[in-house]
Amino acid sequence: MSLSHNMNRYVLITLLSLVSFSAFAQDDLMKMLEDESKEVRKKDFTTATFKTTRLINGHSAENVAPGVLDFRISHRFGFLSSGAYELFGLDQASMRMGFDYGLTKRWMIGVGRSTYQKQFDGFTKFKFLRQSNQMPITLSAVGGIMYKSLKFDNPDQINFLTSKIYYSGQILLARKFSESFSLQLMPTIIHYNLVEGVNDPNDVFSVGAGGRMKLSKRVSINAEYYYQLPDYKLPNTTNSVSIGFDIETGGHVFQLYVTNSSGMTERSFIAETTGNFFKGDIRFGFTISRVFTIVKPKL
Amino acid sequence: MKRFLIILLNSLAITGFSQSVHMTRSGQVSFFSKTPMENIEAVNNEVTSLIDTGKGEIVFAILIKSFHFDRALMEEHFNENYLESNKFPKATFQGKISNLSKINFAKDGSYEATVDGDLTIHGVKQHQTATGTLVIANGKIAVSSTFTIKLSDYQVEIPSLVAEKISKTVEIKVNCHYEPKS
Repeated sequence: MSLSHNMNRYVLITLLSLVSFSAFAQDDLMKMLEDESKEVRKKDFTTATFKTTRLINGHSAENVAPGVLDFRISHRFGFLSSGAYELFGLDQASMRMGFDYGLTKRWMIGVGRSTYQKQFDGFTKFKFLRQSNQMPITLSAVGGIMYKSLKFDNPDQINFLTSKIYYSGQILLARKFSESFSLQLMPTIIHYNLVEGVNDPNDVFSVGAGGRMKLSKRVSINAEYYYQLPDYKLPNTTNSVSIGFDIETGGHVFQLYVTNSSGMTERSFIAETTGNFFKGDIRFGFTISRVFTIVKPKL
Repeated sequence: MKRFLIILLNSLAITGFSQSVHMTRSGQVSFFSKTPMENIEAVNNEVTSLIDTGKGEIVFAILIKSFHFDRALMEEHFNENYLESNKFPKATFQGKISNLSKINFAKDGSYEATVDGDLTIHGVKQHQTATGTLVIANGKIAVSSTFTIKLSDYQVEIPSLVAEKISKTVEIKVNCHYEPKS
């Protein structure tokens, strides 16, 4: 009796354990797989904080991918307030043509030429921090140099080439809060080798803020504002205000916007904007960005 | 004696199970979309998969962000607009080998296999059958298979603007080398 009782118990235990193991095997090869994938969970970088490398006028924390060339053409028109005779500014177009290239995942460079003051420009942008599941923000630094090749106003006096060279430095602090919402802060310094007035500062300080909100998968609304510190700005200039849309179509990004700035490089739109956005000094502008893969990544 | 036998059987059941599971963390899954306008290809070399040879079960976990393209912008759009990898980070497959009786995992050789199961992509689960080859050599298993899926079955929307560049059906290639799981 006692033996058979014991016997039954063992059979039961064995059966139960067999059942439990086979149940585990059946249902839960999938569970086993999930456990395996958890172990190798790696750093997951946030992508597409902004659609392109420019928010509107200024840089965004986005870089061109390594080996990719971004050809950008920007147009800026006259003030809408100039009336029907000037076709609301469309008669006066200025443009910038630029080539940007991604060297690594973190580092990109670019050059450009603007019709506005026959200006050449070059910049380098480096991502120090990249937002990920372990890092809350992206932090980039941008350094720019601009050369106004317009002839000197007064060729008879002693002129230095360096008088027409300008520098800019920016820190970009960005965060993608959600799939559709990103914000960015950009403290900026612009250096003038030569300024017009004796009391004008050679260093113009400003803090920019901007963001984007996606309206659909391929369209977003962007805004950008640069506040110039009152003691460190050039006289009779205003703060740059821009609002626009990014529209993405395959290999192109179209940016359509309104802004009170006429220049398309840091020193011209941050430090030398003169229009008052809220009094109708608004210009229509657009940028077309087209990317070309020069060096294919190794798969 | 009987008690001993039972314990022995019991332990056999456990070891038998653990030996029958094979695994890879570096499986390859690629896809190919072909249109007269453009060919699009992406490769993922970090696929995790398990096979239970005893039960004939096979499962895959495929991280969407690990698909890499020739063109960075395509990769970004693939993640952001098409597969929405933030919302649906993984594709999975859970299936059974339907002709298990014809495969002898203990004997080296090449076997035709048919797998039947559920493929989940973009958060949408669909029934999927695929045929492939199973090669067994020195106790290790290699699996390869090619099949096609329809993007619309998985609610992957293609806007009309790029409809000519992205094929409505996509060819999927699977290539995995498994090791016995300890």
